[in-house]
Amino acid sequence: MNNAPVAERGFPKEEVYRHLVSILGKEWVLHTPEELIVYECDGLTLHTRLPDFVVFPTCTEEVVKIVKLAGQYKIPFVPRGAGTSLSGGAIPVEGGVVLEFSRMNRILNIDYENRLAIVQPGVVNLHVTQAAKKKNFYYAPDPSSQMVSTIGGNVAENAGGPHTLKYGVTTNHVMALEVVLPDGEVYELGTAAGDAVGYDLVGSFVGSEGTFGIVTQITVRLLYSPPAVKTMLAVYDSVVDATKTVSGIIARGVVPAALEMIDRNTIQAIEASVYATGIPKDAEAVLLIEIDGLATGIEQQMERILEVIKTNNAREIRVAKNETERKKLWAARKNAFGAYGRISANYYTMDGVIPRSKLPQILQEIDDLGRRHGLRMANVFHAGDGNLHPIILYDIHQPGAKENVLALAGEILQRCVEVGGALSGEHGIGLEKQEFMSLIFSEADLHAMQQLKQVFNPENLANPSKIFPIRRGCRELPKNILESSDQKYKAYQEIVRF
Amino acid sequence: MDQKYNQASSTVSDRAVLTPECIHCGLCLQACPTYVELGKEADSPRGRIYLMRAYERGVMPFSESFVQHISACLDCRACESACPSGVPYGELVEKAREVIEHRVQRSYLAGAFRTFTFKRIFPSRRLLRLHFNLLRLYQVIGLQKLVRLTGLLKLFPGHLAELEQLVPDIRKKKDHVELGSVFPALGKKQYRVGLLTGCVMNEIFGHINQATIRILQRNGCEVVVPAAQSCCAALHCHAGIMDTAREMARKNILAFEEAQVDAIIINAAGCGAKLKEYGSLLAEDREFCKRAQVFSQKIKDISEFLVDLPQMARPGALSVRVAYDDPCHLLHAQKIGQAPRNLLKNIPGLQLVELERPDQCCGSAGIYNITQYDLSMRILDKKVDDINNSDAEVVATGNPGCILQIAYGLRKAGIAHIRVMHPVELLEQAYQNSK
Repeated sequence: MNNAPVAERGFPKEEVYRHLVSILGKEWVLHTPEELIVYECDGLTLHTRLPDFVVFPTCTEEVVKIVKLAGQYKIPFVPRGAGTSLSGGAIPVEGGVVLEFSRMNRILNIDYENRLAIVQPGVVNLHVTQAAKKKNFYYAPDPSSQMVSTIGGNVAENAGGPHTLKYGVTTNHVMALEVVLPDGEVYELGTAAGDAVGYDLVGSFVGSEGTFGIVTQITVRLLYSPPAVKTMLAVYDSVVDATKTVSGIIARGVVPAALEMIDRNTIQAIEASVYATGIPKDAEAVLLIEIDGLATGIEQQMERILEVIKTNNAREIRVAKNETERKKLWAARKNAFGAYGRISANYYTMDGVIPRSKLPQILQEIDDLGRRHGLRMANVFHAGDGNLHPIILYDIHQPGAKENVLALAGEILQRCVEVGGALSGEHGIGLEKQEFMSLIFSEADLHAMQQLKQVFNPENLANPSKIFPIRRGCRELPKNILESSDQKYKAYQEIVRF
Repeated sequence: MDQKYNQASSTVSDRAVLTPECIHCGLCLQACPTYVELGKEADSPRGRIYLMRAYERGVMPFSESFVQHISACLDCRACESACPSGVPYGELVEKAREVIEHRVQRSYLAGAFRTFTFKRIFPSRRLLRLHFNLLRLYQVIGLQKLVRLTGLLKLFPGHLAELEQLVPDIRKKKDHVELGSVFPALGKKQYRVGLLTGCVMNEIFGHINQATIRILQRNGCEVVVPAAQSCCAALHCHAGIMDTAREMARKNILAFEEAQVDAIIINAAGCGAKLKEYGSLLAEDREFCKRAQVFSQKIKDISEFLVDLPQMARPGALSVRVAYDDPCHLLHAQKIGQAPRNLLKNIPGLQLVELERPDQCCGSAGIYNITQYDLSMRILDKKVDDINNSDAEVVATGNPGCILQIAYGLRKAGIAHIRVMHPVELLEQAYQNSK
């Protein structure tokens, strides 16, 4: 299987630069280390690697030319949207060309009659909803980063969000794709009509983390905004009571639109931020619960939920009185992961899935594991579907911090898998968790997956060294990754200028 | 804000509380006008902070590219309003600019011009007045007409010809507030307040200062205008010229300490933001750091002050449709968005309409429209579009730079039916109607 690093093969950099400039113009081809350095990582800052070039295409034709050029010189290429990936999806592990999609950010068409929108990959998730709002439509997948993250990135990672509990993840909302494969050929996958004939190529492309090729146009499904929405906050003195509420609600047959849990440390961070909304700071946990649908029946649903909340000893229940209050609650929830700078120098957001029934046990175990490693933990996650986001708070300048964090992360994931869970709910595997893949997949599984990759990406140029283990051991750092400032300085100085 | 930090400190380390760190989440990206416009990470708040850190930690040497990206920042601080972690971006970028100021070698002429403007003209009220009088003279004797007719300025490099159009007609302007004046309260005196006149505000928009004083008088304030006050130093901080900035800050503190006032009123958002940050500007100054904090606590934007009064004098009716545009340094730096709107809503007959993106920078940003003309204009165009799409008759905004910039944008786009005013001007008109 062709999974070996390709970067070492080397290529005539100056020559490639001239070609890129002839495609895009000088302004849109970055190549000096001073300009490239901000692209050495994305939302995952634990690992960094400089690309050789960052380019900014404006249309499919330019993407084709860039990809063909990369193929001709055997240079890896990596697509990048807003650079908010938490699994290192946009980190160019083997260098090469980063294609940044900030200039392909147009909503090409909104078709209300067929309830779909056609967008370029650089369109910000929230902008789709904003554009469709006047006709009361919206785009359902709502990752917490939706104010900045792009549809292209969401497609690559198969992003989720709080409302996936009822509405599903990105793949459930993508009808068709225009893609550029590593050989430079353009294909249309799926149709706006949502045909079910033949293999589900759209489904396999969504979530392929840039390893199949590059998405240049996306047709997404729009939903009609539910006429009735109820949002409430339940406050608990005990995490166990909060988790019991979660399984209680689901067991009663109610499927809320969202069912989120926020723990004590996260409450501290939120309430210290500009998104503070008066969540009691002495609470051990809160649940943010939303139900939506037709106005008829919503009160009954709410009654059932309130009953479960009360039986599980919530000390306070707050129901949003109006849209402003509802928005404030959601702003607090969605900005939470960005608020950890209030309580920590660095953070590492993990992503794992467990059966809901194991929530109380796992949360306790995570807390214990953190304590054993001398690291503080925080939790803010999609409790309704058991999608955990344990957050490790650390300070990178403490000696040994990184190794310690990675070790802890490994132990947490291991436990998730042991109780019957999965490695990722919505952030992808990327560079972050590739070495853990063998925890849930056998050699044969991994081989089969790579065979599929081979079909699309035979030379392994599209986002190489991602997803699959490269057998370096769970706690070892990926090759090509420079650690200290000195190392980096030296390496950056050695880059040949032209 | 500070209070919120303090409350959180029980569970977290002090270091983190004192200097919230950028954790690279990227939630600031779409709040940043230059990122939205340019699409490059290095022109985003997250990217700029990454560059600063790389420089600070010795990963990257000082470079032209660093200067370019830090200089392209508007310092509008919209990212601070978006940042969940509360990273004090404004402070960081000013520090970076101080580094640049120390390291950049300017040509002799450019250096001399910069020194003269920042270190001589602005700190001296006398030279500043002279400067504006020369400008007046240029307009009065018809030289402006001649220059425009002959296209003389087009011969100069850069955008001198366009910039010259930014300056409004001030030929007949002689309404600046004299420093050293005291204005009595109308009726019973409730407060003694000081007025910091601002530089551009007093020279180009003297009538706004006059209106501010009359409004304060009507609301039971005795208004003193200390003679020894100086420029607020905001422009200097944005440019990284910190030593002069600190000198001027000390001068202002002394001037207003002597005046013994309950509050210090400012009607220019950019100045207000800086005046409220003297505490951190003079943090290392043993003699002045405490006094700077006391001074800063007394600073009130005119809208903030009036709205907080126990009973504001009732304005008369004013039938006009107004769109309020948030000056960045009022909304993002001072977190004041509601007060000016409430002030306007309080005027009977005034209809307040919202722009599509009132919280977005207009591109004025101090002297950004001079130093980064092209980008500034791209950002301005969006603002003009938003204004044009509203059905407002007046755009109200509380900062002289924004008033100049938006007026210039409207003129350039040939939109003559929309005026740009300071909220204070509208309030003054409403008061006149109450007689």
